[in-house]
Amino acid sequence: MDLFNFKMPEQFIIMNNPLIIGAWISIILASVGIVFFVTKYKKWGYLWREWFTTVDHKKIGVMYILAALLMLFRGGFDAILMRTQLALPDMKVLDAQHYNEIFTTHGTIMILFMAMPFIIGLMNVGVPLQIGARDVAFPVLNAVSFWLFFVGAMVFNLSFVIGGSPDAGWTNYVPLSGSELTPGVGINYYLWGLQIAGIGTLATGINFFVTILKMRAPGMTLLRMPMFTWSTLVTSVIIIFAFPVLTITLALLTFDRLFGAHFFTIDAGGMPMMWANLFWIWGHPEVYIVILPAFGIFSDVISTFARKRLFGYHAMVISMVAISGLSFVVWVHHFFTMGNGPWINSIFSITTMLIAVPTGVKVFNWLFTMYKGRIETPAPMLWSLAFIPNFLIGGVTGVMLASAPADYQYHNSYFLVSHFHYVLIGGTVFGCMAGLYYWWPKIFDFKLNERISKWAFWIFIVGFNVCFLPMYLVGLQGMPRRIYTYKAEMGWTMWNFVQTIGAYLMGIGFILIVWAIIYSIRHEKRDRSGDPWHGRTLEWAIPSPPPHYNFSRMPSRITSADPYWDAKKRGESMFDENEPLKPIHMPNNDGMPIVMSGFMFIAGFGFVFEWLLIAFIGLLGVIGTMVWRSFKDYDADHYVQVEEIERDQAELQASLEGRS
Amino acid sequence: MASSSVPKGTPNFPEYQTEEGRLKIFGFWVFLAAEVVLFSTLFATYLVLADRTAGGPTGKDLFEVKDFMIETMLLLTSSFTCGLATLEMRKGNKKGVFIWMITTLLLGAGFLGMEISEFVAYVNEGATLQTSAFLSGFFVLVGTHGLHVTVGIIWISLVLIQVAQRGLTPTTCRKLFIGGLYWHFLDVVWIFIFTAVYLTGLI
Ligand code: HEM
Ligand SMILES: [Cu+2]
Repeated sequence: MDLFNFKMPEQFIIMNNPLIIGAWISIILASVGIVFFVTKYKKWGYLWREWFTTVDHKKIGVMYILAALLMLFRGGFDAILMRTQLALPDMKVLDAQHYNEIFTTHGTIMILFMAMPFIIGLMNVGVPLQIGARDVAFPVLNAVSFWLFFVGAMVFNLSFVIGGSPDAGWTNYVPLSGSELTPGVGINYYLWGLQIAGIGTLATGINFFVTILKMRAPGMTLLRMPMFTWSTLVTSVIIIFAFPVLTITLALLTFDRLFGAHFFTIDAGGMPMMWANLFWIWGHPEVYIVILPAFGIFSDVISTFARKRLFGYHAMVISMVAISGLSFVVWVHHFFTMGNGPWINSIFSITTMLIAVPTGVKVFNWLFTMYKGRIETPAPMLWSLAFIPNFLIGGVTGVMLASAPADYQYHNSYFLVSHFHYVLIGGTVFGCMAGLYYWWPKIFDFKLNERISKWAFWIFIVGFNVCFLPMYLVGLQGMPRRIYTYKAEMGWTMWNFVQTIGAYLMGIGFILIVWAIIYSIRHEKRDRSGDPWHGRTLEWAIPSPPPHYNFSRMPSRITSADPYWDAKKRGESMFDENEPLKPIHMPNNDGMPIVMSGFMFIAGFGFVFEWLLIAFIGLLGVIGTMVWRSFKDYDADHYVQVEEIERDQAELQASLEGRS
Repeated sequence: MASSSVPKGTPNFPEYQTEEGRLKIFGFWVFLAAEVVLFSTLFATYLVLADRTAGGPTGKDLFEVKDFMIETMLLLTSSFTCGLATLEMRKGNKKGVFIWMITTLLLGAGFLGMEISEFVAYVNEGATLQTSAFLSGFFVLVGTHGLHVTVGIIWISLVLIQVAQRGLTPTTCRKLFIGGLYWHFLDVVWIFIFTAVYLTGLI
């Protein structure tokens, strides 16, 4: 451990491959382009004031979602590369090493830097509005969460062009990922990218837990909360109990790799199996962290577009709580084949299968919600409808995998790969899409274009099934996961080719979604009235986009789980218009989160390269910014004056009248 | 956000006077729950690895009863004086707060000094992080606690500076109170380290 050791990895700047050179060129062009245009149009001040230092949960949500879409692009590009390589036997698009790197970054990015921020972005947008809060409980901490996630993602993505990517899979099993078998910086990137982002996620969990428990509007009892808010509450609890485990797990491997400790090594008493256990004690709850909020979105969307109250509200809540508990006692099902003995395997087999029960309850509740409903099918509902059969396929194959003896066949085959893509895409990604389409006209004053979106939806859904259904079949034919090529004699060629076609279709679907966004920004009709879907819950009772303080008056008539729907039926407003407006207490913008996270980037970079001096300088910066913030904690808020609220209302009125 | 009305059942203490104070104290309790999970993971790891000494020294070879008993007494006493500081804070007695908090920090620093010299002694005997899985687990578990104590000392000192500048306001009282919660929590963690690492290690 030498402070002044600046050893260089074998390759610092990676340039050995046309793809990576292409990435270099696009990174440089994009950065220069962004700097040029922002400077030319003098937008630095605007960006700093309105976005980089914002503590407004809606804007933070938008930034999360933007970053998630970017990462979806990066992870999707990885996927397309892998599918191209596997389209036919003996292809030479990627060599073995490069393939290893790509499936590792694909998996890690999709779960940690795509699914997580997408879900958290939607929570940020949706939850405070649904419960009638003017922000989250700790707005500055919320910004810290975002910027830590962002820096974690940047550190991780840097590996592609500087120093080399991690290549031991998103599960990063030891001893492969130990310093003996995989020296170099790749695995360090994995460890620090996840560590930094993970701390941000833990803070998010705490933040939303407190927000939901302590900041609901009067009348919003726990059992009147919208289902998405419920799912966020349950998810926050899972985050609080699961993410510290990840923090420690990553730290222990860091000690092994950087400082020669023996937690997971083969010699000196280390225990490689402990990594598998710790990783999945976090990892299995993690998959529920990304699915439960999607469940919440589907519940809200389905009852909105079936024009019916959610069927079995209490059963929905109870089953979510049951799932959250069970999610902590099933982790061994990820390594049935690693010598746990029949007793352990049997117990974890049963707990795993038990998860199917509350999940099944939820599926029936969604179906009964739609039964005899007047169903409409705009984009958010389409994604929700598609979720049910696709997720079912994923869930049923999950129960097959849960049978330990059978898992000896399925494990690490394409059957498993298909299982988790059916639940993660069919569940989480569809949920993110449903949520994005559903709340888009709440964040902004227009919907996303229906025609393009329907094309995107159908192409994506067809592509998804064309890509992943055959994976079950090649899996049963014995094709293992994580291989970079295969021989024609194996007989896997046809299905692999079909899968690749499906993957490209999904790519087209994604491009169309992006096109729908761009097209709609320019052409879609503007409407600030705020209730485009005839919504049921509180967020639809305020204008779109909402003022930065969300509610000019606090809602006062929350009498059910569908307060806005019921108020509309009674012909009432949610707000007591006679109540005089009062000044509103709001937090100030804050530069600490982004500055501190910038130092965190330096620290992360230093640790990745094991340049400890740089790492400690970064850490000192992190501590310094926090101390500085603590001393100026005393003027961190302000009051929005009544005149400003009245001005906003008049502006809204003018926009509404201009429309009609 | 700022509702001036204090909900029923809220203790009538300065740190609970503002909405922000109540939220932050509650949030800090939740954070401590996460810390419990964090330390539990470290304890589990340590206990799994405790017998894996790989021919290197064992706990019995290393641990000095007298030393870790003194460490424990220092930290337990500091928890007591920290509680006295909170009482003085609620009485609005700034001087009392300073006396007891500074005592707390000094006791904490004494604990930390002993722990550091304990670590140095082990390393000099050839028992390092690299020696065996047992020692990796030991140094990281006990070291993480020690790091927390260090953070606590720096943090509470900074809060004391703010109290000196601004007096006992609802905000500074909240910060003091949260610092105190943190300190007590570290004490509880130490009790577990004392039992699971040192006492168990002697058998
Ligand atoms: C009915 C519910 C489910 C059951 C019974 C189930 C069961 C299983 C089992 C037994 C495995 C391990 C198979 C093996 O490695 O051989 C597995 C893997 C996996 N499952 Fe599920 N699962 C369910 C739902 C979900 C959900 C909702 C998600 C995510 C949203 C998910 C994501 C994953 C992932 C990512 C893996 C594999 C990770 C890897 O090895 O890289 N599962 N599942
Ligand atoms: Cu699992």
